[in-house]
Amino acid sequence: MNLKFVENVKADITSDIVYMMCPMHLLKLEEHMKELDSGQVLELLTDYDGALEDIPAWWLKTGNEFIGIDEAEDYYKIYIKKARKTVS
Amino acid sequence: MRYFDHVATNPLLPEVLDAMMPYFKEQFGNPLSPYDLGIAAKMAIDDARQRVAELINAKAGEIAFTSSGAEANNFALKGVALAKQQSGNHIITSKAEHHSILNTARSLEKLGFVVTYIPVDKEGLVDPKDVEKAITKDTTIISCAHASSEVGTIEPIKEIAAIAKAHKVTFHVDSVAAVGAIPVDVAELGVDLLSMAAHQFYGPKGAGALYIRGGQRIVPLIYGGIQENGRRAGTENVPAIVGMGKAAELAKRDLTSRMEHVRKLRDKIIDGIGRVENVHLTGHPQNRLPGHASFVVEYIEGEGMLLMLQAQEIVAASGSACTSKALKASPVLTAMGVPSSMAHGSIVFSLGIANTEEDVDALIEELPKIIRRLREISPFGKGGWGKLEPEVEH
Repeated sequence: MNLKFVENVKADITSDIVYMMCPMHLLKLEEHMKELDSGQVLELLTDYDGALEDIPAWWLKTGNEFIGIDEAEDYYKIYIKKARKTVS
Repeated sequence: MRYFDHVATNPLLPEVLDAMMPYFKEQFGNPLSPYDLGIAAKMAIDDARQRVAELINAKAGEIAFTSSGAEANNFALKGVALAKQQSGNHIITSKAEHHSILNTARSLEKLGFVVTYIPVDKEGLVDPKDVEKAITKDTTIISCAHASSEVGTIEPIKEIAAIAKAHKVTFHVDSVAAVGAIPVDVAELGVDLLSMAAHQFYGPKGAGALYIRGGQRIVPLIYGGIQENGRRAGTENVPAIVGMGKAAELAKRDLTSRMEHVRKLRDKIIDGIGRVENVHLTGHPQNRLPGHASFVVEYIEGEGMLLMLQAQEIVAASGSACTSKALKASPVLTAMGVPSSMAHGSIVFSLGIANTEEDVDALIEELPKIIRRLREISPFGKGGWGKLEPEVEH
């Protein structure tokens, strides 16, 4: 999987889970996907390196759109757009 | 036994024990388990979280349960100092903190953090202006006790919080001695983190909590699973957490009547014991915990008074429990400028809901006799301490 790097993405919801333990990134992802409308973008802030593998894999599984990653000083900003219809 | 050591700990209320019992027995599930037994345990801790949040006017999601007040203090100070170390390495606290803050600050100094310890005045008060003066561009967190368990003084938390906010510094308050004893409202105070312990308000030992304002980043102390919203690993102490929730509910309901009850008894102790020669009230005369009367008794040791009171079935404290064991002068009293010789004569009476007028009458009857007797046999006694205070008769 090639990681896609992006900049200046506008998000509808930001979820700051920096320093929270794995797998909070996946639980928060599921939780926020329920709140978002189709086409809206979630910004997930995490310092967990494993999220770089897990989230693209989750995107493939669920059919949501993985927009990309922006690296901040000591954490990552991960952008996901909610699909019109999700698999799970 | 007449128990005057409620800052050390409190007995469980019967309603609290009743609420806890099922979680020691049939409701033994792990809150992370996805079947009914686990879900019931998860619901019980979520309910407790809501009750604890209501006690301090927070949101349930802002409460992280810990094993104690000391853990909450460690978590707050280390967790925020580490989370914000990219923006600075300076910490501000006071000289009159509990050991769980002072020793945590010292451990952070060993890791390269710089700590400023603000002095307190002779009544144990931190001057908010001193806090403001100590702030540098590298300051990331200020931590201050809400109320001292040793001298009872209530600190100007709201004023310090406003200063911290103006300088964009995170503010933690150690409210272990305050929550359940006085009204505590995190929104009104304007604090970012606040520590509490269940056994201080008739809940069980083994349960504490840290209020973490929404959006505040914090590095965990304990790594593992995703308990406490991914901030503190370890299977939850479900019975203790349930007990803390019940105790919080009762503390919120009964706070005003509890305060009135202990305040009356406290004032009687201050009046009765404060009259004894060469006995001085420590802490602030007005801004103090409603159930707290603390003194230094000149020329004798606190330990001696405790032993002799115990013989009369009266129990109290001399300084903080750990200071008492180490036979050291209390850092709080030392910070207040009490000479070490006098600080050894520290004695603290802290009241609870079960204390009665008769308890207080017995104390006021017995303690002056004990003080007189100990002064007679003290190395400073008779001629000895008479030389120090020739005008005093006893």
